[in-house]
Amino acid sequence: MMTHSDIRKPFPWHILVFLAPGLLIYLTVSVYPLLDTLRLGFFSEDKSGATFFVGMQNYANLLFSEVWSEPFWNALKNNLMFFVIHMLLQNPIGLLLALLLSSPRLRLSGTYRTLLFMPTMLSVVIVGFVWQLLLSPLWGISEDFMYNIGLGDYFDAWLGKEGTALVTLSLISVWQFVGIPMMLIYAALLNIPEDLNDAGVVDGANSWQIFWNIKLPLLLPTISMVSILTFVANFNAFELIYAVKGALAGPNFSSDIMGTLFYRTFFGFQLQQGSPTMGAAVATLMFLIILIGVAIYLFFVQRRIQRFQL
Amino acid sequence: MSFLTIKGAFRHMAKIGVGVFALATLTAEAGDKLVIESWRNDDAKVWNDVIIPAFNKSHPDIKVTFSPTPPADYNSALQAKLQAGTAGDLITCRPFDVSLALYQKGNLEKLNDLEGMNNFPDVAKTAWSTDDGKDVFCLPMASVIHGYIYNKEIFKELGLSVPKTESDFFKVLEKIKDESRYTPLVMGTADQWEAATMGFQNVGPNYWKGEEGPKALIDGKEKLTDPEYVKVWEHLAKWKPFLGRGYQAQKYADSQNLFTLGRGAIYPAGSWDITTFNEQADFQFGAFPPPTPDGQKTCYISDHTDIGIGLNAASANKKEARIFLSWMAGSEFAELYANQLPGFFPLGNHKISIKDPVASEFLSWRGQCEQTIRNSYQILSRGTPNMENQLWNVTVQVLNGSMEPKAAAEEVEKGLKTWYQPHM
Repeated sequence: MMTHSDIRKPFPWHILVFLAPGLLIYLTVSVYPLLDTLRLGFFSEDKSGATFFVGMQNYANLLFSEVWSEPFWNALKNNLMFFVIHMLLQNPIGLLLALLLSSPRLRLSGTYRTLLFMPTMLSVVIVGFVWQLLLSPLWGISEDFMYNIGLGDYFDAWLGKEGTALVTLSLISVWQFVGIPMMLIYAALLNIPEDLNDAGVVDGANSWQIFWNIKLPLLLPTISMVSILTFVANFNAFELIYAVKGALAGPNFSSDIMGTLFYRTFFGFQLQQGSPTMGAAVATLMFLIILIGVAIYLFFVQRRIQRFQL
Repeated sequence: MSFLTIKGAFRHMAKIGVGVFALATLTAEAGDKLVIESWRNDDAKVWNDVIIPAFNKSHPDIKVTFSPTPPADYNSALQAKLQAGTAGDLITCRPFDVSLALYQKGNLEKLNDLEGMNNFPDVAKTAWSTDDGKDVFCLPMASVIHGYIYNKEIFKELGLSVPKTESDFFKVLEKIKDESRYTPLVMGTADQWEAATMGFQNVGPNYWKGEEGPKALIDGKEKLTDPEYVKVWEHLAKWKPFLGRGYQAQKYADSQNLFTLGRGAIYPAGSWDITTFNEQADFQFGAFPPPTPDGQKTCYISDHTDIGIGLNAASANKKEARIFLSWMAGSEFAELYANQLPGFFPLGNHKISIKDPVASEFLSWRGQCEQTIRNSYQILSRGTPNMENQLWNVTVQVLNGSMEPKAAAEEVEKGLKTWYQPHM
């Protein structure tokens, strides 16, 4: 009988075989298009559709020439705003909801959980449509609702005005996706052993102190993960704005974000011809922005987070 | 699942696979099935129930499928399909530069020698000809006319008559606003295109004198900052008090609903709206052309070559496609199309009777007024920024009251200056 150490392990072929399909799909539909996009950004196109190399010209145009840079910076600014609103509202509300849901005194918590998570699973197009109807000054119920609570004078065509369109769209998006941070934080909360809370109670802590000193530190890794997910999703966002405001993201591009700018550039819009090469440049910049954001997160946030072995 | 059943399942799947493969080769061999790409998904019923069966009466061996994409996605979807080689045989053409670009890329076949092409006057063909006018690449299908549609019952109730001049027009609007709860002018700015298309291009031709305007803009003889253009935006700025509450968030479909529910009096229209209104409105409605500026004798209307149809250069069924196109160039198609889709007016020389009263009202203006096309469609929207998109943007801002008419003119002129030689 051979001992364990005598057996030379054969090359683990089965791992390769099992990885292959996934890897192959990932390489062909994700890595290759990404690399090809990076390549395409260095080219330009003439009338006949032939492409030729132009180096950094597209990027120089995007960042510095007035025709392109104005929409680009505008879209970036709006996108940041979109992200900030999500960070300020979506995650704190998600945390609050998770805390409420995890309260042992709450009845029907399963029902609430499902209801709150529901919008996340709806199609963005439906969400856009429903909210447009709700907020419509013509048919919507928001106006009556606001009159009933005495705020009728503040009702306005929020989705149609330059000052409010982006904020309104951000709030709709927050409403739709608040279920995700809620569920993730809720799951993390359930993982915190009761003993810790009990120990806190024995030491004389009130529930605010328990939250602040015990639960929140334990939730931080989850919250920071949720934040980076929000960041990536927000800078990739497109559907809601397109569904509600169209590719021109009006009025006066006040709700234009990187996704809609990319769409207009790449596919063209109405009489504007699409330019795959310029579109690729916009897509590359989106990729870089997300990459930088994630890198900052990894170096400055992720490394400092302390994980507690529970 | 036991091993045996898995094996059985595999065998089953193999059988289905063979079947699918056989079916695929069969359809490929059949070969004479024409597919029409279009953005007019509203028209699918008419094509499937009327037009294609009419064609099949004389050509039973050619199968035709109408396969539309929603309007907003059409250009991009078509471009992607053409690149991938999966586009249909017949391609519905947008006017001017969008289709010209397809022709220059070699996606559309030259149609100079198509049988029936000589039924169309040059004016009709310009939208789908090269800049020098030598080559035609789409068969003209229809034009749309702009004007106003009004609710006859509201006009009667308030004792109003159809306005002829600009000051009449605003007096009528004042009266509706003061004496009733109806929305005087039914239009929103949320979708942006209505502002430019039903506002700017509708009102404008009277100021820039029809065809003279676009020509002078293309030659660089006129600028958008000239008074005849600023006046258009000044006119539109006066619309603001007459638009419904919250019009900034009112979409095109909202406007259509508002009008068909009888809650509004005047609707800045494109003739294509007639079909929708015929179906939905249960009151009498009529149409009037854009009122002329006070003292001006000649009236001008926007009679826009809007829709054509071309042949995919990569089509495997060119012979059948040409037969179909030649049939479309004939009077049978023109008669069917014009009466099935009132508001789309044939561009050929055929004598056609249009039965719909409002559509024939629109058409009658061709006899009284000079016609022109939308001024941003030819050449001027080729570069970036694109004049059409800029017109959408600034006209919405003028209507929303966030931009002065003069500033709107300056903004569009500035855009044109950046890329269009005659304006530099």
